[in-house]
Amino acid sequence: MEDMIFYDRLQFAFTITFHYIFPQLTMGLSLIIVYFKGKYLINKVEKYNDIAKFLMKIFAVNFTMGVITGIPMEFQFGTNWAKFSELTGSIIGQTLAMEGMFSFFLESSFLALFIFGEKLMGQKLHFLTGFLVFLGSWGSGWFILATNAWMQHPVGYEILDNGKFVLENFSSLFSNPWLLPAFLHNQFASVATSSFVIASIGAFYILRDKNLDYGKLLLKTGVVFGLVSSILLAFPTGDWNAKNVAKYQPASFAAMEGIFETEEAGAEIVLIGQPNMVEKKLDNKIAVPNILSFLTYQKWDKQIPGMDRFKKEELPDNIPALYYSYHIMVGLGTIFIGVMGLAVFFLWRKKLFNIKPLLWTIMFLVPFPYIANITGWYVAELGRQPYLVYGLLKTSEGVSPTVSSGNTLFTLLGFVAIYLLLGLLFLILVGKTIHQGPKPQTH
Amino acid sequence: MEIFWFIIIAIVLVVFFVLDGYDFGAGIIHLFYAKTEKDKEVIAKSAGLFWDSNEVWLVAAGGMLFMAFPTFYSSVFSGFYLPLIIVLWLIIFRAIGLEFRGQFDYQMWKDIWDKAFGISSFLLALFFGIALGNIVRGVNLGGVENGVSIYEGHYFFLPLWSSSFSPLSESPGVIDWFTIIIGLITLVTLAIHGANWIILKTNSSINNKLKTVIFKLNIVLSALTIFSLIVWQNINPNSLDNFIETPYLMVFPIIYISGLIGLFFIKKLGKDIYGFICSTLLILGGISSSLASIFPAMLPSNNVVNESLTIYNTAAPEYGLSVAINWGIIGFILLFVYMIIQKRLMGGKIDKMDYGH
Repeated sequence: MEDMIFYDRLQFAFTITFHYIFPQLTMGLSLIIVYFKGKYLINKVEKYNDIAKFLMKIFAVNFTMGVITGIPMEFQFGTNWAKFSELTGSIIGQTLAMEGMFSFFLESSFLALFIFGEKLMGQKLHFLTGFLVFLGSWGSGWFILATNAWMQHPVGYEILDNGKFVLENFSSLFSNPWLLPAFLHNQFASVATSSFVIASIGAFYILRDKNLDYGKLLLKTGVVFGLVSSILLAFPTGDWNAKNVAKYQPASFAAMEGIFETEEAGAEIVLIGQPNMVEKKLDNKIAVPNILSFLTYQKWDKQIPGMDRFKKEELPDNIPALYYSYHIMVGLGTIFIGVMGLAVFFLWRKKLFNIKPLLWTIMFLVPFPYIANITGWYVAELGRQPYLVYGLLKTSEGVSPTVSSGNTLFTLLGFVAIYLLLGLLFLILVGKTIHQGPKPQTH
Repeated sequence: MEIFWFIIIAIVLVVFFVLDGYDFGAGIIHLFYAKTEKDKEVIAKSAGLFWDSNEVWLVAAGGMLFMAFPTFYSSVFSGFYLPLIIVLWLIIFRAIGLEFRGQFDYQMWKDIWDKAFGISSFLLALFFGIALGNIVRGVNLGGVENGVSIYEGHYFFLPLWSSSFSPLSESPGVIDWFTIIIGLITLVTLAIHGANWIILKTNSSINNKLKTVIFKLNIVLSALTIFSLIVWQNINPNSLDNFIETPYLMVFPIIYISGLIGLFFIKKLGKDIYGFICSTLLILGGISSSLASIFPAMLPSNNVVNESLTIYNTAAPEYGLSVAINWGIIGFILLFVYMIIQKRLMGGKIDKMDYGH
């Protein structure tokens, strides 16, 4: 039983991590494409349209990857987590079915038109199809976050004698206090990823002294969008989410902040340190006193319960992974604000395009928003452990009762092999697109 | 309310097989009949422009099944674990075949992805048919051995095959000789459907030849259909009861038969769309007849210990189902609008449209 859960969790973690590389770019990039396309409609400067079309190619490859790695996600609820699906399907099935109905149909109906139909439709309709694709992809994020929010903080349900969760109040799925902060945080994170990607491409063109006009435009737009989204990620959305965790999942809050022992008065904020699970303390700790209490409750001496206040069964089962994920996310987020702030400052002073070290930094920064996004999701998912539905349904109670670990390992290996190939193809194609660069319109 | 959602999901499934069916079929035809690069490209394009929006119907069917019949969803998805995951892998290969063939302009690259597209379309058609065969044949619910269930009564697990390959054994596997027959029927049906799609949407040089192919495949299909009915009677003597009790259900087999007859006249049909309509009738009639014959069961039990999974014992409670109707109606109206727009902008032959360059 024990390793049955292990492989099921590993397969879900692996497939969702790989999947999320793609939608986090497409959601943000669709916004940026709509922005360029809109700018072109207003001032008719061709280069905005060229950029929009260039980004569309990158978008298309990412979108395909997102679709084909996304279908397995929906299937896996049933294949690997059958008991969970059986018990909660009448609730989370609602939001997942709505995602198909309202987002995927919208997105897929207009994507082909958006990619292939510019000549067919004229500029205004082309902008509109782009906008509808953007709406579809953000809607998809909304429904997935609504599903996840219910698992983090279940609302509007009733539990029957046979253990099944039954929907009692449909609208509460969307007024869930967990949903809006998580959704906004997730969407700004996705805008940050795509801003960093276009800034990085821009920096690359400038450093190579190629496609200079386009490069400058990409870099300029990237750093401005990047700074705004990075700031919004920390405040207010990151702050809201942290407060939600402190309120609804206090045990996870203690674990992610690395508070082993409850302090008498205000709690310190840990900047660096390694969790030592044997001695139940942080090694090599650097911390600032009372800050955590202030950030969370705006009171310097408010007590925050540490892990010593919770039973072992209530605490997340992998505390170091949760702690590191959280600190990596927050640390990177802080660095993002610093780098992008600097870049915007030099942009304002009209020096940005000449400061080589900064351009190199921006170019190589590109993997890090992906890492921050994924560790952010790890915080949410590891923090919810040992539950699938927080406080109500344990992860161990959700697996498929008839699927053996041998079969799960077989399919996990298959997914690893196929995704390796997919990842390789993806890099080749995106690399090729970036290498070719934006092309001026030929009439 | 259960019946309502059952019908909705059945319709969504039929639409999925009609739509994605033609691009599976285009893949099968591509594999065997496309010889020149020009034909290969245009046939791949006739699938490549549409597969993504077609496959959303599968995702929608999955989502609705999850919401309306969660017990069925979890039982079937975990019970058919291996074939479903293999289907996922094939879907991935097919999609990358279609999306990546145009990305580099040299023949070897294109050949690789053409084969990926063709072979995975072929296998998917076969596998979806085998899945349908499993549904009508039923499974060993509860994993009964010697009269005792080893799982909860609504769970099961099927190996890919059992040593006897027989549908009559106590616990048959996914692949046995009966499900293979249904798989072949599906394969031939979708090949016909794909050929009709190619004729309808492209000016490929093999359009005329494909009409002969359709005619020949239709003879094979007729023979397979008769054979499968005889076999099915042997496996499940009650398979016609629903049609005898409720004669108006006969409309579904009649739809199937009229499609079959229509296709014999493929060379004389006035417009290309008529052939496509005939193969659509085949798919509609085939799926609806199969579902009608086992109704109200959705997955029959092959043992006497555990009862079949029906639309009643696997459905979600009333409240959720009725709320979902409200948003479902809005969703379907929107969807209808999208389809009209798409049809207006992408109707007609697609030879001249941009694709991946």
